[in-house]
Amino acid sequence: MTLIQVEDVWFAYNHDVIALKGVSLMIRERETIALIGQNGGGKTTLAKHFNGLLKPTKGRVLVKGVDTKYVPANRLAFAVGYVFQNPAHQMFSSTVRDEISFGPKNAGMSHSEIERRTEDAIEKVGLKGFEDVHPYDLDYGKQKLLTIASVMAMNPEVYCLDEPTTGQDHRGRKMVAELVRRLNAAGATVIVITHDMRFVAEVARRVILIADGSILADMPTQEIFERLDLLRSAQIRPPQITELAHALEPFRIPPNLLTISQMADALRGILKDPQEFQH
Amino acid sequence: MGEDNTVVAVQDFTYAYPNHPPVLHGIRFEVKKGEMLGIIGPNGGGKSTLCKSLNGLVPHFYGGSIAGSVKVAGMDTMQHSVAELSLKVGLVFQDPTNQFSGVSTRVDEEVAFGMSMMGYSREVMQLRVEEALQAVGLVNLEGRSPYELSGGQQQRLAIATVLAVRPDIIVMDEPTAQLDPIGKTEVLHTMRELNRQGYTIIVAEHEIEALATFADRIIVLNDGKIIAQGEARRILTKVKQLKEIGVDPPSVTELCGIISSDFRINEEKFPIALDEAVDLFSQILGGRAK
Repeated sequence: MTLIQVEDVWFAYNHDVIALKGVSLMIRERETIALIGQNGGGKTTLAKHFNGLLKPTKGRVLVKGVDTKYVPANRLAFAVGYVFQNPAHQMFSSTVRDEISFGPKNAGMSHSEIERRTEDAIEKVGLKGFEDVHPYDLDYGKQKLLTIASVMAMNPEVYCLDEPTTGQDHRGRKMVAELVRRLNAAGATVIVITHDMRFVAEVARRVILIADGSILADMPTQEIFERLDLLRSAQIRPPQITELAHALEPFRIPPNLLTISQMADALRGILKDPQEFQH
Repeated sequence: MGEDNTVVAVQDFTYAYPNHPPVLHGIRFEVKKGEMLGIIGPNGGGKSTLCKSLNGLVPHFYGGSIAGSVKVAGMDTMQHSVAELSLKVGLVFQDPTNQFSGVSTRVDEEVAFGMSMMGYSREVMQLRVEEALQAVGLVNLEGRSPYELSGGQQQRLAIATVLAVRPDIIVMDEPTAQLDPIGKTEVLHTMRELNRQGYTIIVAEHEIEALATFADRIIVLNDGKIIAQGEARRILTKVKQLKEIGVDPPSVTELCGIISSDFRINEEKFPIALDEAVDLFSQILGGRAK
């Protein structure tokens, strides 16, 4: 089922800076998508169209068949949840619990439903024990998890996460990756806007590359990392493992490997094949 | 600091913010002139506090209690003010806009601002501003507003404001964390260039794959303690220990950690950079295939 349909969307800030130049794409259920490209290319502008935070200057965006032009952004929050890059732009309550329960409360849900959703989200992002802490007293990584939890409490069909791994250490990155996988397994479509190619390789099945307001590529993750020319033209460096795979292509290593474990498997495969490798 | 060229000497340094338990415990390390030292470790491990201890912000600005000593360029940070220390140690923050004066409307004014507060003559300032902008590659942008620059350019400007004072040591606290890939590359390149020119650089950084290519030595900070320090290669090849505390080694190094027993690769042979990995595996696969 198509959840979001973007049809020839143009967008201009202040009538002169054209940020999107005729973008078309479809987002279906249960997808994991990475929006990549340099800053100023239009990634965030495009993503803000998915939930009606921005409305097209020309063209249209349909969310579950409804034109965003005719729906207020707060109604679309039920379908598309947006997590901003900077947690400080999103947090305003004085405790973690209040921050998460704000959405459901505002939506007029019953007391027991608010409680159920809040506890569930706290549990899933690993913030148990922090319920009464002031959001500003959390470290940056936990603040990001908190903002994701507040969106989870609304249980949207689509999650849009803007730079979820910025400022995260290894543990935080792993946690966010795991969260994306779990949300997706539970039926949600997850869109991440990111510069972190290792993270893209780990979580996204589809990549949309945006440069200068246009879509430069929209293809499966494995395919785009085979296209070094395309990535280079957008000044994007693939994960180190993919660069290694490309360099080892003459030795029958497939050039589209993305993760450390895929590379380990490929190397072990060659080791086990006596035709290829004499130990 | 004597003939051995030690420019930083931290001895059994323990520090607690006011009314908090210690965040640094028994820190002990030295840095030689011209060295590039990387500080790595999980968030909350004490990296930022350690950076701020090197220019006296800790404890002069933050208060709290300390034990042990921090000496930079021969000065004990307890005995000297932040103003005195800032002539010898420049600190660059994660968010460059935090560092800007907020009053300059031009890039060159911003670089001169810090110096003007220190009473330098106009001629000296002019020379230093030129020199500093040259060093970070911003010569053609001196007339721009600092706020019109890209993230990478802003961070390079922040570095220039520190350079203009001609410090002996530059300390950077995750200078690339908030930058896009182009900005990261710009700043990392600038860092390497300054080190090549002889500056001593101490940098807390999550970009391990970049750090692997130019750090001389690395300190691993976890829970406020140094749990390992030494030559970069020796530290980064400890794959299991790094993963245990939540630090990602370079991908190619981690790969070798996984397949070392299949391919009988000794830890000392683990690559820490892409070109080393290409060489190693070309040799293994090429030399032993039929």
